[in-house]
Amino acid sequence: MSEFEPVVVVFACDYCAYTAADVAGRMNLEYPPGVRIIRVPCTGKVDSVHVLRALEKGADGVLVAGCLEGDCHFKNGNLRAAARVKALQQLLDDINIGGGRVAMVHMSAGQGAVFAETARQFCESISSLGPNPIKRAARQAA
Amino acid sequence: MITAERKPMEEILASVEPFSKILLLGCNECVTVCHAGGRKEVALLASALRLARLQQGAPLEVEELTLERQCDPEYVEELARDIDKYDAVCSMACGCGVQTVAERYAGLPVMPMVNTAFMGASEAHGIWAERCAGCGDCVLGYTGGICPVARCSKRIFNGPCGGSTKGKCEISPDVDCAWQLIWDRLKQLGQTELYSKIMEPKDWRTARDGGPRRIVREDMAL
Amino acid sequence: MKSDSKLEKVLAEGHFAVTGELGPPRGANLEAVKEKAAHLVNMVDAVNVTDNQTAVVRMSSWAVSLVLKEMGMEPNYQMVCRDRNRLAMQSDILGAAALGINTMLCLSGDHPSFGDHPQAANVHDIDSIQQLAMVKGMRDDGRFLGGDEIDTPPRIFVGAAANPFGDPFELRVLRLAKKVAAGADFIQTQCIYNLERFGEYMRQAHDMGLTEKTKVLAGVTPLKSAGMAKYMANRVPGMDVPADVVKRIADQPKDKQAEEGIKLLCEQIEQFKEMPGVAGIHLMAIEWEHRVPEIVERAGLLPRPQV
Repeated sequence: MSEFEPVVVVFACDYCAYTAADVAGRMNLEYPPGVRIIRVPCTGKVDSVHVLRALEKGADGVLVAGCLEGDCHFKNGNLRAAARVKALQQLLDDINIGGGRVAMVHMSAGQGAVFAETARQFCESISSLGPNPIKRAARQAA
Repeated sequence: MITAERKPMEEILASVEPFSKILLLGCNECVTVCHAGGRKEVALLASALRLARLQQGAPLEVEELTLERQCDPEYVEELARDIDKYDAVCSMACGCGVQTVAERYAGLPVMPMVNTAFMGASEAHGIWAERCAGCGDCVLGYTGGICPVARCSKRIFNGPCGGSTKGKCEISPDVDCAWQLIWDRLKQLGQTELYSKIMEPKDWRTARDGGPRRIVREDMAL
Repeated sequence: MKSDSKLEKVLAEGHFAVTGELGPPRGANLEAVKEKAAHLVNMVDAVNVTDNQTAVVRMSSWAVSLVLKEMGMEPNYQMVCRDRNRLAMQSDILGAAALGINTMLCLSGDHPSFGDHPQAANVHDIDSIQQLAMVKGMRDDGRFLGGDEIDTPPRIFVGAAANPFGDPFELRVLRLAKKVAAGADFIQTQCIYNLERFGEYMRQAHDMGLTEKTKVLAGVTPLKSAGMAKYMANRVPGMDVPADVVKRIADQPKDKQAEEGIKLLCEQIEQFKEMPGVAGIHLMAIEWEHRVPEIVERAGLLPRPQV
């Protein structure tokens, strides 16, 4: 099985990361096609279970993209999200899915290039981890 | 309230290993407040269990439900209609809830998903600390509102011991010396004469030492 | 007299008392006990036997107390509240008294987390002050804590520990008062290096009438080295080692430090002899029992009174 195209779900906050993704689009900056962006009002709104459900549905990786520290429109939603992602990484390690499949990143609204580069790098790290292990197991069972 | 923490995943996975379809049962009271076993924690654990078992190639069906309380028979009764669908009930409630469910559905394995810890209060968001040992004979009126049974590591009634250091207990700099707290509070209240009075040995019969306890309210029990 | 305790007699006759200390071995090793004890024969009026000190399992203090008794010495049987409930305590006290162990010390005990069995249940059925009152009640009222009559009340001279420099400082004399009120016949303090501050503590104790009701033995420990002095000063909670004391030891070359420590100790003992309310000293020469004879002699404390 050669290079696979990872499916990566990105929860991006409206005020910063989603806008950055928008900027990236308008600047025609490329990032891998497997990236699926979900717009949220604030990364603080992203519940831990949303991340897990994305993985249950077959996503190979999940990125939570929020504002820079101190810039969150809702004061500290981005910090809450970061704390949740950290706990999720431990949980995913504990159940052998792998904490490396989720990550928290921070950027500002104008950073289109940062969005594209971050998305690229994350997809690369997911590629090296391989597909979501539940898909592997399902294939083996079949 | 009663505080608890989710058991380690390794332990949980081992306990559900024999099952193919479980009911993951939360509780809307204490374990919700301490983020151990409420609706959200049920959703999270359910998803984690599914992922873990998919990864193992042995899928687990997990149904999610949260009762108002698991320690009252009326709520536990709500499960009766569909209980036969499951191989087991995995309860995220405290030990009281787990046992109430197990007693009612005696033919079905009921597995605890959390480790019930202590009776405590919130110190700050996300931080709970032990406050009450359930000794059955409350002396808080004599100790400035600070419990020597729950908060003194040696449950001393005429403290402090020689290990009190700068207001902290000898076991850890993170633990307050209860008797420092009591003394400071008695000063604040102008009740320092209470300190000099020797408190008599505790009658532990009213505590768990006397055996499992029961309260019967004749005026309530019909 | 409340008991046949030699320590009680020495104090009652007005002699400046000297007590020592012995830590039991970590095995069923009788010889180890006898070897350590041999250094203290005729050097002290009583020997404290520690009880699972630092929550580490050691030969039981009642057993070692009995061995000392059989060697013609006077044990001070220490009993902590950490490991025994009131039944076991009263039972052990009856056994001790029946076997001629007539001096004991009531203590809380270090928390199990310090020791080799941190998993153990932490008993603390009663605390050390309630324990003192219990022993007094057994002896003077002839009654168990539960109220029943004791057919042969134990005649025990009972004491407690005190730390003049522990936290909270303002409570220290009040706490001493509670121990005296509960029935402490004698008090042994933690080791003292700050004599001025200790003098202040004793003055307050005197003002509260405590020194008339109880005999205070000042704790002393020889500083073996500058390293030990610094450790005691900085790392031991509730210990007050003045900077000039540390300097005095540290100023000596390494091979002369122990000697300086003993000199200092002897000077301190001279001061304690003159301090009102101080009825003697409690010498804790931890793992230095073989130097006790020399120390006691140089401090002018020999021969011990024959009572």
